[in-house]
Amino acid sequence: MQGLVVWFNTWKFQGKTVPFCPLPTGKTQNTRRMEGVSRNGEAPQLLDFIAKEREWLMKRLQEQSHGPPPPPEDKALELRLGPPGDEDRSNIDFTKNCDLQKDESPLSLGYFNGRNQAQAQNFAPYLQFSPSISQTQLPVLAKDSSSDTVDLQNNNDTEKKKALPPASAAANTAVPDSSQKRTAPAPVVGWPPLRTFRKNLASSDDHGKPAPKTHQNAVSSKIVSERSGKGLFVKMNMDGVPIGRKVDLNVYDSYQKLSAAVDELFRGLLAAQRDSSGRGIKSMPDEEKSITGLLDGRGEYTLVYEDHEGDRMLVGDVPWHMFVSTVKRLRVLKSSEISVLGAGGQKQDKMPSDSAMQ
Amino acid sequence: MDPKKSRDSAESARAAQFPDEVLERVLSLLASHKDRSAVSLVSKTWYNAERWSRTRVFIGNCYSVTPEIVARRFPNIRSVTLKGKPRFSDFNLVPQNWGADIQSWLAVFAERYPSLEELRLKRMTVTDESLKFLALKFQNFRALSLMSCDGFSTNGLAAIAARCRNLTELDIQENGIDDNSGDWLSCFPENFVSLEVLNFASLSSDVDFDALERLVSRCNSLKVLRVNRTITLDQLQRLLVRAPRLTELGTGSFLQDLNAHQYSELERAFGGCKNLHTLSGLHDATALYLPVLYLACANLTFLNLNDTALQDEELAKVLVHCPRLQRLWVLDTVGDEGLEAVALNCPLLEELRVFPANPFDEEVNHGVSESGFLAVSYGCRRLRYVLYFCRQMTNAAVATIVQNCPDFTHFRLCIMNPGQPDYVTNEPMDEAFGAVVKTCTKLQRLAVSGLLTDLTFEYIGRYAKNLETLSVAFAGSSDWGMQCVLEGCPKLRKLEIRDCPFGNAALLSGLEKYESMRSLWMSACKVTMNGCEVLARERPRLNVEVMKDEESSDGQAYKVYVYRTVAGPRRDAPPFVFTL
Repeated sequence: MQGLVVWFNTWKFQGKTVPFCPLPTGKTQNTRRMEGVSRNGEAPQLLDFIAKEREWLMKRLQEQSHGPPPPPEDKALELRLGPPGDEDRSNIDFTKNCDLQKDESPLSLGYFNGRNQAQAQNFAPYLQFSPSISQTQLPVLAKDSSSDTVDLQNNNDTEKKKALPPASAAANTAVPDSSQKRTAPAPVVGWPPLRTFRKNLASSDDHGKPAPKTHQNAVSSKIVSERSGKGLFVKMNMDGVPIGRKVDLNVYDSYQKLSAAVDELFRGLLAAQRDSSGRGIKSMPDEEKSITGLLDGRGEYTLVYEDHEGDRMLVGDVPWHMFVSTVKRLRVLKSSEISVLGAGGQKQDKMPSDSAMQ
Repeated sequence: MDPKKSRDSAESARAAQFPDEVLERVLSLLASHKDRSAVSLVSKTWYNAERWSRTRVFIGNCYSVTPEIVARRFPNIRSVTLKGKPRFSDFNLVPQNWGADIQSWLAVFAERYPSLEELRLKRMTVTDESLKFLALKFQNFRALSLMSCDGFSTNGLAAIAARCRNLTELDIQENGIDDNSGDWLSCFPENFVSLEVLNFASLSSDVDFDALERLVSRCNSLKVLRVNRTITLDQLQRLLVRAPRLTELGTGSFLQDLNAHQYSELERAFGGCKNLHTLSGLHDATALYLPVLYLACANLTFLNLNDTALQDEELAKVLVHCPRLQRLWVLDTVGDEGLEAVALNCPLLEELRVFPANPFDEEVNHGVSESGFLAVSYGCRRLRYVLYFCRQMTNAAVATIVQNCPDFTHFRLCIMNPGQPDYVTNEPMDEAFGAVVKTCTKLQRLAVSGLLTDLTFEYIGRYAKNLETLSVAFAGSSDWGMQCVLEGCPKLRKLEIRDCPFGNAALLSGLEKYESMRSLWMSACKVTMNGCEVLARERPRLNVEVMKDEESSDGQAYKVYVYRTVAGPRRDAPPFVFTL
């Protein structure tokens, strides 16, 4: 059942503080929440709030607009709430909307939830839904999919759409460049328009990313984390190899790739170690044994990491981007030694046999 | 005497002096299908001469005509290019099993064009059975190009490799296919030597490298080789030394630990490729290994870096070696600074595509902005094709950009946040696209984005007189916008719209227009079934197809696809497609 999205920022409103409403979730999986997010259940309360104080809101938004007065032809584009085209705004069925069921999921407007286009499109779904852009947001009330409101919308084609975007623009100009980070809206089906590789994703699946990796014209899954933008180097040591390596985790975007890189980096070194006679720098690729099974425990070696708390963790449990943000150091341990350590994080200990066993 | 008759007899008198064979011979030299279409309209004689002399046919919408009709009109076809699904299927807007299956075409071709040599398909469904059928039935088959197709697996490719003795081209691009294994490549017989183009960059599984190496060795005419990323650098080196005449190369993974000797061998191999004009692949390339390329870049005209997340300095270092670059595709990891390097180093640049590395990332602190685009416009005045994904843009910047580069033929700007205004003035982006259409009189293709009102479409309708393709998303204020475009753009052929407030009035304003267009796509707009029914009734020569899914309520026409056709309603439509 489609619901409404009510969106506002916190503001002092006649002495009361009104909290954020969450980004529209509707049918999309938007697990990110902004700070101060309120639960959907509070929506009806807030609506009541708005209904009573609508005039205040309009006045406040207009006051806050420091931008140039709208050109004459934009008269029709003046700030409006509810379905524009209605000259008499007090007739807007705020009360109807205020009777939202608690369990109605908020309707994501327009593009925010690709599936809800049919309903949402009645309202200008073209607003920038970024809390940071404006301190006072225009509460947008999208109509329910009930047929009478749909008809209402259809009757007011020309005027209505023009109303909201400049309104939000007006609201936006009022706000100084916010220090808050802009968060992007929830993903929309097929947007941005990039080609997807539905089936080719399997081989380099990134556990965490919800949206399919997309890419125009190329194999998709090489999207690199931009965390630091410049390189996230962590030390990596391998059991039995005295010399460690440094790896730039930003170069990889999945565990498979990291595992492959570990193989590449240490294969030669390991072979050199094993070959006690030492064949010099040039190693024979054929004679080096590939290091496999780093992630699934089946190989001779297993990849573990140390996080910022100093705990040693098996690589591969958390989504990649989460891993990259917490990893401090990597180790390639002999799988036989792993079983000696307990499962889960443990303080690093040089003597695995000393660690408590579960 | 009837004036028409007198004209005809005078004309046939003239034609009699001009034997059909000569006319056919002359017309056979015409390559462009637009020219051929024009020629075929001159007179019946010319129509016949043209159709007998045509060997290549291009069908932009596979449902606009039936294979029987094509075969009846053109008896001597050797090369067929077919496009199937609407373009928005690339973005998951078209459900699976929509159609565009090649098999019905192949069945007719097997009978009527047994000497068929080339098949180029885009957005078609191709099954393994079809590929096997193709390999079996067409003895002269030479060139297969599949772009953005689906439905087949590497088993089908194996059949092609095994049976097509005269294959010169196997070009598999960006398809959603099942990659069962790389064994297909080993199916090329040992005495097979004719390959000139091999592109398997989009497949993900390992191929038998020895087989590949032998294949490359014995195919002396190989000009285009694009391998997938399972091919390592040292393997690449071995391929390059066997194919120094390559003109287009797509590498595999560029991430490998090479020792000094291997590195210099690779560098030397690249140095041996004097004819390279196109380079792609370079997966995971870093500053460490990119320099091996430099010797091969002197004649490079097309560099495709959208598989490698380069930073600005890395890109700059590469571009210094590519003075002749005309086409460049990059990821937005290069940032505005990287684009400044482009402006500095690539004065001959005509095409730039900037793709987002993290399109769904919620952190917006990276990528490119208007300043990168601006910089390029100052340095690369010959720019005529741009595809630009960014997170912010201003009207002023776009206006300056098109002033610097008025020769744009393709302007595709994607501000990734739907409905985002000019981030400086907070106004709609109307003036930006207004400037584009006013200044770029040669504009053929336009994709708009950002916060847009009807004014944008008024501008387009008024000024974009050469516009052929228009893509619109999350834009417009009312039916009037779409009407402006339909009434104003005389050369419009393809119009694709999603998530816009255009309803039945807008749809029906194009009544006079749609038969001169290839197709119209409208999804998540305000069109209803009633409107579509009216359209279908008024224009029987259009197919008006509505796709229903579980989201759309009754009465709503959620996805509408309208196209002209002489084939009548589709006979293979799946249950969710309603032809009105």
